Amino acid sequence: MVQVHLWSGLRPLVDGREVVEVEGETVGQLLDNLVKDYPGLKPAIDKGVSISVDGQIIPKSRGVKVKDSSEVFLLQRLYAG
Amino acid sequence: MALDGPKQDFKYIGTRPERPDGWDKVTGKARFGADFSMPGMLHGAILRSPHAHAKIIKIDATKALALKGVKAVVTRADFPEGLEGEDWNIQENVMAGEKALYDGHAVAAVAATSQLIARDALKLIEVEYEVLPHVTDVDKAMAEDAPVIREGAADYSVPEGMHPNVVRYMESGRGDLEKGFAEADLVIEESFTTEAAHQGYIEPHACVANLGADGKGDLWCCTQGHWFVRQMCTAVLGLEATQLRVTPSEIGGGFGGKTTVFIDPVALALSRKAGRPVKLVMSRSEVLRATGPTASASMDIKMGMTKEGKITAASGTFRMQGGAFPGAPVDVTTMLAFANYDIEHVHHVGYDVMTNRPKQAAYRAPGAPMGAFATESVLDELCRGLGLDPIETRLKNAVKEGTPATFGPKFPPVGLIETLEEARAHPNYSVKLGPNQGRGVASGYWMNWGGETSASVAIGDDGSVQVSIGTVDIGGSRASMALMAAEAFGIPYENVRVSIADTGSLGINEPTHGSRATFASGLAIIEASREATRKLCQRAADKWGIDADAVTWEDGCAKPSGPNAGEFDPLTIAEIAAEMGSTGGPISGHHESTPDGFGGSFGTHVVDVEVDPETGRTTILRYLVVQDAGKAIHPAYVEGQFQGGAVQGIGWTLNEEYIYGEDGRLQNPIFLDYRVPVASDLPMIDTVIVEVPNPGHPYGVRGVGETGITPPLPAIANAVRDAIGVRMKKLPLTPPRVLAAIKARD
Repeated sequence: MVQVHLWSGLRPLVDGREVVEVEGETVGQLLDNLVKDYPGLKPAIDKGVSISVDGQIIPKSRGVKVKDSSEVFLLQRLYAG
Repeated sequence: MALDGPKQDFKYIGTRPERPDGWDKVTGKARFGADFSMPGMLHGAILRSPHAHAKIIKIDATKALALKGVKAVVTRADFPEGLEGEDWNIQENVMAGEKALYDGHAVAAVAATSQLIARDALKLIEVEYEVLPHVTDVDKAMAEDAPVIREGAADYSVPEGMHPNVVRYMESGRGDLEKGFAEADLVIEESFTTEAAHQGYIEPHACVANLGADGKGDLWCCTQGHWFVRQMCTAVLGLEATQLRVTPSEIGGGFGGKTTVFIDPVALALSRKAGRPVKLVMSRSEVLRATGPTASASMDIKMGMTKEGKITAASGTFRMQGGAFPGAPVDVTTMLAFANYDIEHVHHVGYDVMTNRPKQAAYRAPGAPMGAFATESVLDELCRGLGLDPIETRLKNAVKEGTPATFGPKFPPVGLIETLEEARAHPNYSVKLGPNQGRGVASGYWMNWGGETSASVAIGDDGSVQVSIGTVDIGGSRASMALMAAEAFGIPYENVRVSIADTGSLGINEPTHGSRATFASGLAIIEASREATRKLCQRAADKWGIDADAVTWEDGCAKPSGPNAGEFDPLTIAEIAAEMGSTGGPISGHHESTPDGFGGSFGTHVVDVEVDPETGRTTILRYLVVQDAGKAIHPAYVEGQFQGGAVQGIGWTLNEEYIYGEDGRLQNPIFLDYRVPVASDLPMIDTVIVEVPNPGHPYGVRGVGETGITPPLPAIANAVRDAIGVRMKKLPLTPPRVLAAIKARD
């Protein structure tokens, strides 16, 4: 299971939890399983989020590998300037 | 993407050759958006709302259509219905539907045989409006009695009970603020505002559209990203994406403001209706009234610090208006406001608010400069209150590799400490100041971007190399791309030609935005070049009758990789290319990806000012930019980006602002009244390039375009504070405002 840290605005959607655990070996699987296991997050993920894996911000790529030990944060959807 | 780690030894990278577009630009040969024409072309003009907020009761174009030379009039009725989300926002912005939402909002457009006739025809279009109450200020737009711009625009994030103009809400942070502030020896809480500023590109938007009734068309335009233009135009007009080919012109500045569309769908709609090509060129007034400036902001900041200079806690509330549509970049503001520092207890709240202003567009590090203005101003006050040096204090708190960012993840290798150390060591930091002079320091960050990218390289039959990329060259990037190709092939810079391909010639490319072009297109060129050199090695191996693994590419030649590979004279790229038609056909390389390894860039600015106590005018005496470039491919253009960011920041801080009257109309829609800095306002901007290689790029590149506009707002405000002894909390620091502060002080 991968621990996913949530920004505080998302926590009310998952009973106040700061960190949730989901299965997944890629960013895409994590996002899919977050929606499946925590339906409260669906509006935010559908609207668009970014994710960071071990310090690298991943705006789009669903195929990036994730390990159980990875540091993973959900971030507001990022865009270029 | 597996990379070998940044290369460290270079032959061409880091040199300063002439830019390939330089001669054309200084001799007037370069073709910008308004320079393109077609046989049978019509000229377009757009009718714009004189009201900040009004219901459109009726549009009657009968008289305009009767005018000789008028070939078509379009209104919203000529655009498809049923769009949703951002597609609807763009359509609604380029042509008003039921309501005009801001002064300058397009309500109709004409195509005629001359621009004069088109403009005359606009006067004959009768529009009946029902004027509605308006609001242009972010704080007033959140008030209970504020007029509602559009019901139902808020997304899931907005808690119940907020005004309908609040369309997004965000909250992030960690730790225990109460505990953190209790540990501080000094806590300061202040409120700040910034006004909307325009990107101020010299070239107004311009395009020529040619769209047939069969839905096939071409568009020539000035843009930062022609695939974005294609996507937006086809969505707004209900076309199939690849049936519209978009070709970018040379571009006279963009700074984020040309990553979206304003006139292109209108020109296409006019062309489709008239059956002829249509050219549309904005006036400066139209640019200021109806394209996207950045957001304005209202912010409350609280920070605590120990007497040793350690930040114990920080919190910020950021309210931003981005015009009559969702999209103010407050999410980035909240993420980056305190990102320079290692802070255990931190909290951010953000509100995206709609007002009766034009739809904001990206502007260089969108959202970051406003937050930096507020937070770095408070940090400066903390240093003053505790008698601490601003650079030493920043060094004490600066993030480095492994520090948890205030927005969550741990930082990869970054160069903030290096920029602070270089700034401290620079001669500017020890110049003795005179009366009415002050010094300000501030740091800033931009995380940069990768984005969808596609590039090709093709070997010419004389061994020269043609590079095709999809990122428009705004700041000299063709030179940087040619240098990276030259390095990868081991051939002279002059033997590489770089072209910007149209949307029909390459896979999708995101715009030149997010400081990504040199990083992402450069990475794609290097990988495409490596693919091509593998093919060149294969041709040599075939000729020599050895295995390709026994051939290496070095200094523009295929060579046996060692004594066991055999005794063969090296084959140059020209020798292999001369025979490629008979040895397997043309040789090229391609690369497509969405690279994620973009590394963020930190910068530190030191500025000295003098404030005239009689007039309140601020003069910039010295300005130093120190920034991490990872690896400067073409140092002159890196320095140019540093200087450009500083200059735009100087304008935003001292002069530039959108001024709205009580009637909600923009009062200063020309450059005489919307004052950008000119050369005579400025000293030479000194630069120092720091190079902390980005491990996510083969040559260590970090984007450099945007970080440079993040520190100027607070650095200059801190310098003015040093000079006059008063903290200015409202930008811009115009002479009347500064003079009023001086008088209030005395």
